[in-house]
Amino acid sequence: MLESGESIVPQGELFSSPDVEAARAFFAQKSRALIDKRMTVREAVSRFVHDGAYFASGGFGGVRISTAVLHEIVRQRKTRLGLSGHTATHDFQILVAGKCIDRCDIAYVVGLERRGLSPNARRYLESGAVRMTEWSNATLGWRYKAAAMGLPFLPARSVLGTDVFRYSAAKEMTCPFTGQKLLAIPALFPDVGVIHVHRADQYGNSQVDGIDIADHDMARACKRLIVTTERIVSTEEIRANPSRTSIPYWLVDAVCEVRYGSYPGNMPYEYYSDEDHLAEWLEVEKDEAGLQAFLDKYIFGTRDFQEYLELKGGETRMGELGEMEPLKR
Amino acid sequence: MSEANPRYNLMELMVCVAARQLEDGKTAVIGTGMPLAAAMLAQKTTAPNLIVMFEAGSIAPTLIKLPVSVADSYTHTGAIMHSSMDEIMESCQRGLVDYTFLGGAQIDMYGNINTSMIGTDFQHPKVRLPGSGGANDLASLCWKTLVITPHDQRRFVRRLDFLTTPGYLTGPGAREAAGLPAGGGPYKVITTLALIGFHPQSKRMQAESLHPGVSRQDVVDNTDFKMLFADPLPVTPEPTEAELRILREEVDPQGFIIGKQA
Repeated sequence: MLESGESIVPQGELFSSPDVEAARAFFAQKSRALIDKRMTVREAVSRFVHDGAYFASGGFGGVRISTAVLHEIVRQRKTRLGLSGHTATHDFQILVAGKCIDRCDIAYVVGLERRGLSPNARRYLESGAVRMTEWSNATLGWRYKAAAMGLPFLPARSVLGTDVFRYSAAKEMTCPFTGQKLLAIPALFPDVGVIHVHRADQYGNSQVDGIDIADHDMARACKRLIVTTERIVSTEEIRANPSRTSIPYWLVDAVCEVRYGSYPGNMPYEYYSDEDHLAEWLEVEKDEAGLQAFLDKYIFGTRDFQEYLELKGGETRMGELGEMEPLKR
Repeated sequence: MSEANPRYNLMELMVCVAARQLEDGKTAVIGTGMPLAAAMLAQKTTAPNLIVMFEAGSIAPTLIKLPVSVADSYTHTGAIMHSSMDEIMESCQRGLVDYTFLGGAQIDMYGNINTSMIGTDFQHPKVRLPGSGGANDLASLCWKTLVITPHDQRRFVRRLDFLTTPGYLTGPGAREAAGLPAGGGPYKVITTLALIGFHPQSKRMQAESLHPGVSRQDVVDNTDFKMLFADPLPVTPEPTEAELRILREEVDPQGFIIGKQA
């Protein structure tokens, strides 16, 4: 807690380097080839998500998330991942259930917005298993933006004066033009990220309907990017509506077609969230053994996301969630 | 201090009081739950031109049902723009957003909020809570912060375990000294007992009206710090029949918010 007149010295750990020369060197050698990048989720995770990597999850926790990739990370028992948690809700819950992360940049974790707190995520963070550095949604998003701009930092005007600043890895700076006190936030270049989209072609050109959240900047900040998509479409279809394209193909390393890929999260225009199943997650988490049995059934006991969907009622249930979606076309 | 009136419950009273604080024609970034119920009620009563934005990116939707998430499809319906988190937060930083409306776990006399942790060791919290989300940014960057929260000693504390979201920090001038934009800060706190403002000089919480059936002593007994009281100290006007009908039939017919215990 802040003392009157105290000057706060931030003490949070910086988990990734904002070195833009190193980032440029990486992006210089990243392939621009127009090649078919379609692959299974299993292959994408196996090739691009390595133990110890810093991982970023697109969407907004329980809205337009790539559940298929998150499950596969757990299924392949990836460990020691870093995570960028700007409103990480169900995505955080999945990765923590698999004990996959050991460090986290936090803006919002543990909670699932109006649904309540995840008992297992709480236990895991309270145990000290995760090194934590604090941010806010805007500053974590702007860390992606700095990276997307190819800059080592951006100034901002929030967070100053609070314990979020104290436990962040931000710094205080003085504006060279106005003398104004500002927050300096370091660029965040995740090793690998995943974004779930409405449509993509085989090369990775991707379009999202509805709000972008922080995905435009996240896609540009990530060194490697996995795109999962509700539908693979032709490049002609992308070219017919280019103002909808938010991710050009050369940012993308893998394209996986996963219908209902955000389930049990919401996918605007496609299906609403499965609140019954999300409530089931919160319920089983109360008990460690119950959670393990649940994971055995839905993640370790299934070969892929399709088998999980079948266990949850398959096309019938997905059809019901489509009926519940207010933007359904 | 009781369910004073059979006509309405405490949640309904709080939402109605909260809705009346929002001026017509202003801009607001609103969280889910009670704040959004208040904003929807305001739009259907005294503030039809209140511009509601969600931090995840939706701008001025036609709200047909309370969303579960500030990003879900029910924030998208009938919007004038589907934007992004940076668009919303940068609008706040530019000075275009009048209100933000938040909930809270712990709050102190300067309106600072804790939603991060309970305990003394940051890396080993007794209770880990979600963190700032967008709340720190919104309370730093919007002109006026409103908070809606139950009123008890556990929440209205002398000392926060963690200062997540800035109120007036350590007192007058502290926000500006820390580097936060000048002129912002907490505006109203709507609780189960009272409508609370902030003393213009000391920036400390000052009860402006007590809800029907609530005494000063009730407020004192449920507040861990010294609450100031306005003079005169009126009784909060009760919800009108029209407010209650719209709240129950149009804003929250499922009782997600008003059906809960305060």
